[in-house]
Amino acid sequence: MIEPSAALPPLPKGTLQRLFGHRSARWALLAIALLIVGAIVGPKFLSSVAAVEQLDIVGLKNRPPSWAHPLGTDQYSRDLLARVLFGARVSLAVASLAVLMSATIGTGFGLVAGFVGGRIDTVMMRTLDAFLSIPRVLLLIAVLSLWAPVRLPGLILLLGGTGWFGLSRLVRAETIAARKLEYVEAARALGVPSWRIMWRHLLPNVATPVIVSATLAVGNVIALEAGLSFLGVGAPEPTASWGAIFYDAIQYGAIQFFAGSWWMLLFPGLAIVITVLAFNVLGDALRDVLDPRQLHGSESLPPAPVSR
Amino acid sequence: MRRHLVARLWQSLIVIILVTTISFVVIRLAPGDPFSYDAGTITPAVREYWREQFGYNRPIPEQFSRYVASVLHGQLGYSFQMHEPVSRALADTVPRTLLLGALALGVSFLFGIVVGVLQAVRRGAWFDRISSMTLLILYSLPDFWGALIILLIFAYWWPVLPAGNIVDPVLHDYMTPWAAIVDRLRHLVLPVLTLALLTTAGFARFQRAAMLDVLPADYIRTARAKGLTERQVIWKHALRTALTPMVTLLGLALPGLLGGALFIENVFGWPGMGSLAASAIRARDYDLVSAVVVVGSVIVVVGNLVADLLHMAIDPRVRA
Amino acid sequence: MAEPLLRVRDLRTYFYTENGVARAVDGVSFEIGAGETVGLVGESGCGKSVTALSLLRLIRPPGRIEPNSEIHFDGKNLVSVDEGFMRSVRGARISMVFQEPMTALNPVFTIGDQIAEVVCVHHGGSKKEAWDRAVQMLETVGIASPAQRAHEYPHQMSGGMRQRVVIAMALVMNPALVIADEPTTALDVTIQAQILELLRELQQKFGTSILLITHDLGVVAESASRVIVMYGGEIVEEAPVIELFATAHHPYTEGLLNAMPQVGQQRDRLATIPGSVPPPTAWPQGCRFHDRCAYAWERCATEHPPLYQIGAGHVSRCHLAEEPERRAASAEQRSA
Repeated sequence: MIEPSAALPPLPKGTLQRLFGHRSARWALLAIALLIVGAIVGPKFLSSVAAVEQLDIVGLKNRPPSWAHPLGTDQYSRDLLARVLFGARVSLAVASLAVLMSATIGTGFGLVAGFVGGRIDTVMMRTLDAFLSIPRVLLLIAVLSLWAPVRLPGLILLLGGTGWFGLSRLVRAETIAARKLEYVEAARALGVPSWRIMWRHLLPNVATPVIVSATLAVGNVIALEAGLSFLGVGAPEPTASWGAIFYDAIQYGAIQFFAGSWWMLLFPGLAIVITVLAFNVLGDALRDVLDPRQLHGSESLPPAPVSR
Repeated sequence: MRRHLVARLWQSLIVIILVTTISFVVIRLAPGDPFSYDAGTITPAVREYWREQFGYNRPIPEQFSRYVASVLHGQLGYSFQMHEPVSRALADTVPRTLLLGALALGVSFLFGIVVGVLQAVRRGAWFDRISSMTLLILYSLPDFWGALIILLIFAYWWPVLPAGNIVDPVLHDYMTPWAAIVDRLRHLVLPVLTLALLTTAGFARFQRAAMLDVLPADYIRTARAKGLTERQVIWKHALRTALTPMVTLLGLALPGLLGGALFIENVFGWPGMGSLAASAIRARDYDLVSAVVVVGSVIVVVGNLVADLLHMAIDPRVRA
Repeated sequence: MAEPLLRVRDLRTYFYTENGVARAVDGVSFEIGAGETVGLVGESGCGKSVTALSLLRLIRPPGRIEPNSEIHFDGKNLVSVDEGFMRSVRGARISMVFQEPMTALNPVFTIGDQIAEVVCVHHGGSKKEAWDRAVQMLETVGIASPAQRAHEYPHQMSGGMRQRVVIAMALVMNPALVIADEPTTALDVTIQAQILELLRELQQKFGTSILLITHDLGVVAESASRVIVMYGGEIVEEAPVIELFATAHHPYTEGLLNAMPQVGQQRDRLATIPGSVPPPTAWPQGCRFHDRCAYAWERCATEHPPLYQIGAGHVSRCHLAEEPERRAASAEQRSA
């Protein structure tokens, strides 16, 4: 069957060039690259180094930053730098998987709602409204503590399962706009099945806001996961995410001893801030580079800040 | 317009019912129930008795319909932990969170508008770039970390403001009325400031973009041609029109605000809904947890409704 | 002749863009007398709107009115006065009516407010006074039940009514000069006629001068007493209206007149002017119209023509003024 070609290229030419040309994007990409490399390589490197030394359990307890331990040690004599690097692995992995999940669900939901329209759309939208009204953190805390203990896969599922609502709305709006495009109407007239229309013709159109949103979401989820751990409901004990480092610090009463163990709170925090910042900058740059004119509905207005 | 209003009210009601459902499902489907905690002195028979008393052994659908019915009647259940009806437990804490949230929202909204406008008017100038970067960094701070840092700075290193609580725990009752008010205000500053700082960035960015959209418009040129000063053109004509999408943003920012408030309350020891939720969850106080989720969502729904109304008030084009 | 109300000498407005310097208005001089209606005609891209905006100094960067330009009004050179004085002129002594009534009014304020605003800014006085004047003005421009409608919003009115409101706004302070930039282009033909009639009435009533900018010669024929034709950022012809229509000199004017379809004409095709307006960053050498001109010869490509005097009050920027025989020769050539 002859189909009208999906006339819209998914990415404008020269996107990558423009991205690298964008000044702030370069920093962001560099930071993220370093982060990923550090997360993969760092722990291996450090453990090989540490294996050489004897672990001095008493002497190493709570040492402030020094040459041997650039970020200090915690109350269990663990090197903070190593913990932060390990934490990077967990946080990044959790965030990426969760965002992947929410992007997929959100796009699917939004496409269907926007394309089908009518009463189904209304029902979907009301459900969406309901989910959007519940503060995400509240819901997560409730579920995580009442359904405790939640293992890591469960955490990822939950994070992913609560993060798709805002994206869904966006995608729906884009779908509704794209639905009116001529080649979509043509495809329908030719009898192309709905799922195929959505997949080949509508999806490329909505790709841009999804990519931007997903990038921003990764940073959000990392911060969110840290926050959950801070409250004691995040990744379970053996896994050392950045939030877990915080939890340990608070448990130890680092707040009261602020004058003392400030490094335990500062460094993981800085790690999170820098990472989130990098993803935010990257997301903004992507939005600029991927041509704001492709976003029909909101013109040049940035998407409303999604609930954290 | 009235029809639109009625439609919105129905919508909101449906959303609240859906939220109640979601909250119920999520919480009741958790393993165990309020009475499954470990305590050697409680025999299984006693547990069963309690379960029956509070209806936890009935089939789920029946529990659900009873719950929805009672919520619609305003009865949100009974809190085991606090030994009082949930509504009473909430009555104290909800206003406190609302106070915190409303103040923070107001401050960040106003500040966001001013910064956004100034950024748009002097687009590309040093103010624009530096403030954008600062705001972006603030936006990237995790809620709890920002709160911790501010706590560190203002309560420990430079102790000008109290480190937590809503009033001075020891002295408040002995203060004169004026001092008591000041005490309350002093305790408000840090939590509100922190929450506001985290929320301003979103508003400022949005306002900047909205202004940049409006400034090239024809009617702005007309305003200049009428002989208005640049200041009048920007703050009276351009801002007014750019404000309409911002009002909608108010509603959308609410869930995030409440979530942030949860962390702030935790760090600053502010006895609001967030703290209540935390203790309720620890104690497996199901009714209280459900209620907190429902009330939180109701606040969001009502807030969105208000934002919608404001939108209609501000933008005559929507009223038709 | 009495001192003209407005005297423009060598106005140049350039836009400094990434693609080069766009000389949108490149040496324009004209005068407007009290109570006169002068038409300013040309295609889009010829610089007429920029001229209008320059008169009120509404040019924003990267555009700039070149410093040697002179706009004499009320005994002052508007190019060199400070911004505060300029603001006192805008809306009160010289006001402007724009092309798009749909977007010229702020959608969130009532029309009464927007008209009253002009009064408040320039006249001071109480809000009530300003409001009353606004209502009065609405009546003058022919809006029924003005007191009620003053409370309405722009989106509740039709295009024609909005334009009346814009005119009311422009005239409420009784300015000496109104610049009307394509006031009827965005309106239906019947409404067009009404608006033009309104402008004529108001002029008679208040004695205002009008600079009527348009690309539609028909509009000019009805309303103006004198016509200025612009092309390529310059004035190419200026004449009293009847003379222009009867004996247009410049080939461009000729082309414009020929392009107007007339009822009763027997023609197979509409006459057009071949080619298109060159970009203002690169005006052609010599006569700027020469590459589209039916009569052009070698001189036209190299020598930029000055404004030749053709008759009383009639000038034309065309070498044909000095070599009129070429016009006939060329016509013969074409019909041969």
